[in-house]
Amino acid sequence: MKKKTSKGSKMALTLQFVPYNEIEDLSSLGRIKKLLKMAKENKIVLLEGRLKKEEEAELIKTTMEEIDDEFKGIELGVIYPGKGDGDLMKKLKANLANVLLGDRVGLTIIGPASIVKEIKKDPDKIQLLMKTEPRRR
Amino acid sequence: MLDFVQKFITKVIGDLFMKKKHVKLGLYGPPNGGKTTLANRVCQDWLGQDMGTVSPIPHETREIQVKEQINIKSGKKELSFNLVDTPGIATKIDYEDFVKKGMKTKDAKKRAKEATKGVIDAIKWLDDMDVVLVVLDATKDPYTQVNITIIGNLVARDIPVLIVANKVDLRKADVKKIEAAFPQYDVLGVSAKFGKNIDKLYEALFVLAG
Repeated sequence: MKKKTSKGSKMALTLQFVPYNEIEDLSSLGRIKKLLKMAKENKIVLLEGRLKKEEEAELIKTTMEEIDDEFKGIELGVIYPGKGDGDLMKKLKANLANVLLGDRVGLTIIGPASIVKEIKKDPDKIQLLMKTEPRRR
Repeated sequence: MLDFVQKFITKVIGDLFMKKKHVKLGLYGPPNGGKTTLANRVCQDWLGQDMGTVSPIPHETREIQVKEQINIKSGKKELSFNLVDTPGIATKIDYEDFVKKGMKTKDAKKRAKEATKGVIDAIKWLDDMDVVLVVLDATKDPYTQVNITIIGNLVARDIPVLIVANKVDLRKADVKKIEAAFPQYDVLGVSAKFGKNIDKLYEALFVLAG
C-alpha cells in the first residue's frame, strides 16, 4: 500500500509476493479475483510464474469491469525465460524448465495504474516507471 | 472417412473454380495504433466509403464495427470477408487522460465508461475471428504486455495472425524493432493513412485466409 509518511514527501509501497502454490488450485476466475483484489488495495503484486494466455485476457476483461473513478486499471508485465536470444544450450535449458515447471516459470507483475505508470520490459528485464506525486511549494 | 472425402472434393472443386472465400477478418491492437484508419483505407479501396471516425484522442472506437461483404481481387483470386474493427485493448483507462486532452469531465467519464465496455467486447469477439491483423504503431515500443497477450490469445485459438506495423510514414517508425519483438510472426510495415504497402497487405490476406 502506498502511504504518505508524516513528513509528507516519502511514499511507501507494498510489494506483495504471491507464491505459485497460492493460486495453483484456484479456478481461473479465482486467480484473477485474488490478484485484482490485491492490486485494488494499491499493492504491487509479484506473482511467481505466470497466468495462461486466456487468463491474461480474462484479467484485462475483469479489470475493465471494475474500473471506476477511483480504480483506473492495472499495469501488467510478465517475464519468463526461453523467448529471448541466447545460445542453444540456454534455450534448451529454458525449454526443459518450461516443460517441467509449466506456468511456475517466470514472474508476473501487476501494479495499480494509479501508482505504476508503465511497465517496460525486455525478455529478461523489467522496469517499473512509477507515477510521481506533484511537487508542493 | 466420409468427412475426409467430402473435404477433399470441396477443396479440389474450390481450387479448380477459384472458390470465393468468405472470412471474418478482425483488426486488433492497442488504442491509437491505426486500426480504424486501416479499416477506412480498406473500405475506401473496395467499397468507396469510410468505416469509422478517427481521432488523436485514444479510444475513439468504443464499439465493435462490422463492414460486411468486402470483396478484394487479385488476378483470378477473390476473397470476400466481413471486416471487424475493434476498440483498442488496454489494461487501464483513466477519464482524467481525456480531460487533459481538452474534454469536459462529464464527457470524459462517459468516454471512459464506453471504452471499458469496448475492451470487454473486443476480447469477447476474439473467438469469432477467422483471421486477425494486429495493428501496432511502429513508432511505439512493441514489447508491451497488451500486445503479447493479444497475440498469445490468437495463437491459443489457432487464429492466423499478421502483424501490421502501421505509421511507417513517420520518421520514428521502426519496423525492425517490431520484427525483433515478434520474430515468429510475419510483420508488414504499412502506412494506412497514405496507402503505402497496402497492396502487399491485400496479397498477404490471400495467403492468411487461404
